[in-house]
Amino acid sequence: LAAPPPKSKKTLTKSGVKNIVVVEGVRIPFLQSGTSYADLMPHDLARAALQGLLNRTSVPREVVDYIVYGTVIQEVKTSNVAREAALGAGFSDKTPAHTVTMACISSNQAMTTGVGMIAAGQCDVVVAGGVELMSDVPIRHSRKMRKTMLTLNRAKTLGQKLSLLSKIRPDYFAPELPAVAEFSTSETMGHSADRLAAAFAVSRLEQDEYALRSHTLAKKAQDGGLLLDVVPFKVPGKDTVTKDNGIRPSSMEQMGKLKPAFVKPYGTVTAANSSFLTDGASAVLLMSEEKALAMGYKPKAYLRDFVYVSQDPKDQLLLGPTYATPKVLEKAGLTMADIDVFEFHEAFAGQILANLKAMDSDWFAQNYMGRKSKVGAPPLEKFNTWGGSLSLGHPFAATGCRLVMTTAHSLKKEGGQYGLVAACAAGGLPKCVLGP
Amino acid sequence: LKLCQAVVGLLGRFLVDLVLFFFSRSQILKGWRAAALIGLENPFRPTVNTLSKQLSSEFTDIMNEIWANEAVKSAVLISSKPGSFIAGADLDMIEACKTSQEVAQLSQEGQKMLEKIEQSPKPVVAAISGSCLGGGLELAIACHYRIATKEKKTVLATPEVLLGLLPGAGGTQRLPKMVGLPAAFDIMLTGRNIRADRAKKMGLVDQLVDPLGPGVKSPEARTIEYLEEVAIDFARGLANRTVSAKRSKGLMQKLTDYAMAVPFVRQQVYKTVENKVRKQTKGLYPAPLKIIETVKAGLDQGHDAGYLAESQNFGQLAVTKESKALLGLYRGQVYCKKNKFGTPQQEVKTLAVLGAGLMGAGIAQVSVDKGLKTILKDTAQQGLDRGQQQVFKGLNSKVKKKSLTSFERDSILSNLTGQLDYKGFEKADMVIEAVFEDINIKHKVLKEVEAVIPAHCVFASNTSALPISQIAAVSKRPEKVIGMHYFSPVDRMQLLEIITTDKTSQDTAASAVAVGLKQGKIVIVVKDGPGFYTTRCLGPMLAEVVRVLQEGTDPKKIDAISTAFGFPVGAATLIDEVGVDVATHVAEDLGKAFGERFGGGSIELFKLMVEKGFLGRKAGKGFYIYQEGVKNRSVNSGMDEILARFKLPAKPEVCTDEDIQMRLVTRFVNEAAMCLQEGILSSPVEGDIGAVFGLGFPPCLGGPFRYVDSYGAKQLVDKLRKYEAVYGSQFTPCQLLLDYANNPSKKFHQ
Repeated sequence: LAAPPPKSKKTLTKSGVKNIVVVEGVRIPFLQSGTSYADLMPHDLARAALQGLLNRTSVPREVVDYIVYGTVIQEVKTSNVAREAALGAGFSDKTPAHTVTMACISSNQAMTTGVGMIAAGQCDVVVAGGVELMSDVPIRHSRKMRKTMLTLNRAKTLGQKLSLLSKIRPDYFAPELPAVAEFSTSETMGHSADRLAAAFAVSRLEQDEYALRSHTLAKKAQDGGLLLDVVPFKVPGKDTVTKDNGIRPSSMEQMGKLKPAFVKPYGTVTAANSSFLTDGASAVLLMSEEKALAMGYKPKAYLRDFVYVSQDPKDQLLLGPTYATPKVLEKAGLTMADIDVFEFHEAFAGQILANLKAMDSDWFAQNYMGRKSKVGAPPLEKFNTWGGSLSLGHPFAATGCRLVMTTAHSLKKEGGQYGLVAACAAGGLPKCVLGP
Repeated sequence: LKLCQAVVGLLGRFLVDLVLFFFSRSQILKGWRAAALIGLENPFRPTVNTLSKQLSSEFTDIMNEIWANEAVKSAVLISSKPGSFIAGADLDMIEACKTSQEVAQLSQEGQKMLEKIEQSPKPVVAAISGSCLGGGLELAIACHYRIATKEKKTVLATPEVLLGLLPGAGGTQRLPKMVGLPAAFDIMLTGRNIRADRAKKMGLVDQLVDPLGPGVKSPEARTIEYLEEVAIDFARGLANRTVSAKRSKGLMQKLTDYAMAVPFVRQQVYKTVENKVRKQTKGLYPAPLKIIETVKAGLDQGHDAGYLAESQNFGQLAVTKESKALLGLYRGQVYCKKNKFGTPQQEVKTLAVLGAGLMGAGIAQVSVDKGLKTILKDTAQQGLDRGQQQVFKGLNSKVKKKSLTSFERDSILSNLTGQLDYKGFEKADMVIEAVFEDINIKHKVLKEVEAVIPAHCVFASNTSALPISQIAAVSKRPEKVIGMHYFSPVDRMQLLEIITTDKTSQDTAASAVAVGLKQGKIVIVVKDGPGFYTTRCLGPMLAEVVRVLQEGTDPKKIDAISTAFGFPVGAATLIDEVGVDVATHVAEDLGKAFGERFGGGSIELFKLMVEKGFLGRKAGKGFYIYQEGVKNRSVNSGMDEILARFKLPAKPEVCTDEDIQMRLVTRFVNEAAMCLQEGILSSPVEGDIGAVFGLGFPPCLGGPFRYVDSYGAKQLVDKLRKYEAVYGSQFTPCQLLLDYANNPSKKFHQ
């Protein structure tokens, strides 16, 4: 075995800037929606993740200065889900908490919010996390019906009430479902992914192969006990859930039989090569390095640099990692070769492969990114080697913390130094975090 | 995946309703595999006669080759030209034919060629991106399967009817079978553009392909490539029978088809459609009726009779004067979509509009809509609010029609700034004023604006009659002052009349034309003078309307005879629409400038109307009573007294319906000719376009100049002389008309 090439930089420590560390991170098992978590509420999942974090780290509750949580599809009863979960998990009622949203990178946003607070000297200890419960989503009455109901509240006489009620028509009862679609373009994410795959000429075969790889690697990681961030969750009225239930390595043949899910009848994105609807929650404990060391913790990772980028929500919705990767590398003064572990969010196999092709294209770099040349695609042997969102599942807002923890654990196992996390998100807002 | 499909370069081009291909032999490549690709291009324009023969035989050759080659199982027809499947109509070809038989012959050749495709034992798939019009659509529907890109530029239509023709290569026969009788009539009789998604719903195309964003190639290039890949997949599927070309029809269509199979029901449909067409066209346009007749022949008498009727009727229509007039308008329109002043030195990116009234807001709407940063300024908040609401409403109606998304609407509106002051005018590249038509107010705003705008900024005045040189008199930089006369409602009227003064610079003109074209207008450029061109032509005609009214013809009757002549709006209604006060104002101004030639009716009649508040539609009362929600408006009985007061004896020798029509039209035409004679107009083409698109001159006549050509200058002068003898000098023919009358070979349009 050849010795790894020397790194461009020995350390990313910057003078005058606090080092911010991940002490620990956990997640409850990610489950396909409609399974064991189906009867819970989002804050129940978040609560379980928070309690898991407390148990694992034994951090005294009063030390935590602040809690930030990410969520995408909001349960209206717990709009500040961070606060509800924190109270339920036994955190001090003196610890403030807020909730952020940024589509699939909501917990990345929660973490970088924490990083900002620590860097600014506002806090020393922040818990960040994300939660998503796709088993239950808010389905609303139609706008017309809502309007009638609200007016009804204000109606004083019986006559007024009756006249309002008499205006209700059958179509008033048609419910409004939340769509996984861009508001600006009305295009669903799957449809966009199919077009993206076509734009980069990613074939159905390539996508199925990639999806199979993800499931196979995830299975291996699960069986090998590598998914250290998973904490068991005793679901009320049900058995304790201990592992992710979406990992299903199949055969190319089986996958080949599926019909396209979005662009019918000739598209390439299918249920098998997309991430599935998932319930789950995650949480990480962030501290300033000095605080962590003072408390006797050995940091699992250092969060160094991050960038958020955004681009055209129609045609480049899912290309965030392509734009963010070279930017964050340059910011940190590293090259692709310096990175030992890449963890990219796998929304769709087609989306990952399109990003890899885009990163490997000079034409794309020159015409769309304003760069002289391509940054190059990450080598697959360092890329999502323990599976990804396709196989482990993708509870939208909980994925970011999983990516960071997988990177941290993977770096430790492989003896690597630098890791890179990237994800795409609706609205064309992806981000990148550099690990230790 | 290896690209082993044979690429057969078929350099095709398209002639109205006939698909004729020029096929370059040298481009047949290598081996064939499952699908053959036929590329359509239009690299050059060879002469017509040789082309026709050559093309049909060569097209047959290539189809023969496809059939003969065992390895080829199917074919894909795709254009290698982005933005157009087949759109270009070669009108020369039709015009070059001397007789209807010759044209019918062309139609038959086209029919045969498309029939060959239809009957091909190997499936042929049309892959459509961009405009698929006329014969392009006929070719597409002769194929076995159609796949279209879901892009804004992809439109399907049979615009032949707009040129006074019918789809002459099997379209009248195939369309009813494909989309059902009612939809087929709708497509062919309106000639309207059908977007790809709508076409899919109608059953006109079988599959849609979404346009792609950037990949490792440009979005356009990759989208075409993707379309090709998908089309090849389907062509293969059709060949090995994993894909069926048979479309599953919805319940409604099944019911419709079932009903249409009953001869009695069909006869009722023909009758209804025919009545509707007769009512709308007043019998002035032969093409729609011929389309109905042709469809009928095919459905009632069978295949051969249908195709024969199609080619015969196509031939007959092509030589009608209506078709020639419409063709002339089409060409004129193309001519008026070019900027003959070249590219302006500085592109207009920020436009300011003064006055948020009906016109100002309309101008703002068509500007912001096309990506111009637009400032809308008014002097009062209330007026500004109304104007901004008008723009919103205009864009929102597009959202309702689904040609715009609500997101696009919002993002367009973010470029519109409504304000009461001159903030930001220092960045304006052009200012268009649409303030009240009063020379003092125009002078005031011109001076105010010149104090705040940058040196390169153009000042344009939207006025319908005030001479631009008069407005420019107070300008420090008259070379930057120009007239831009928009027509109401701005978002729907296609014409823009640009007025240059002696001092207006070429670059200013170039800039104004560029903005007009960007706004999607058909632009004519005329010289300055009272009433410019359009208002000036309308003046004498309206004066004559007043005369006719005074002679005891009631407004309803005047409307009826003017619409019977082909005007889209009756003459009395037109005055109500324009506004009686505006008409009075303009008539007075022009009367002062031109004297007797603008005489005829008594302007006092208008003045009395204004006094009584009968200002037209905007006041709810004019010649008619206008009420919200009431469709059949009634004649304003308050007018009886006014008309009685100004009553003049009618002269029976010039008061038949036809005479009244001719009195109106000859005065219009005479004034138009005068404009050309005086150099206000630079060409008859612009005169025709201005009259038809700005004033509603009957399109079937092709405009005043084309009308002189077809009616005969001599005959027209004779008419004028006849009326001159009765009424006096307002009917005196101008010198230019006399010249043309004296020389029968002289025509405005060769």
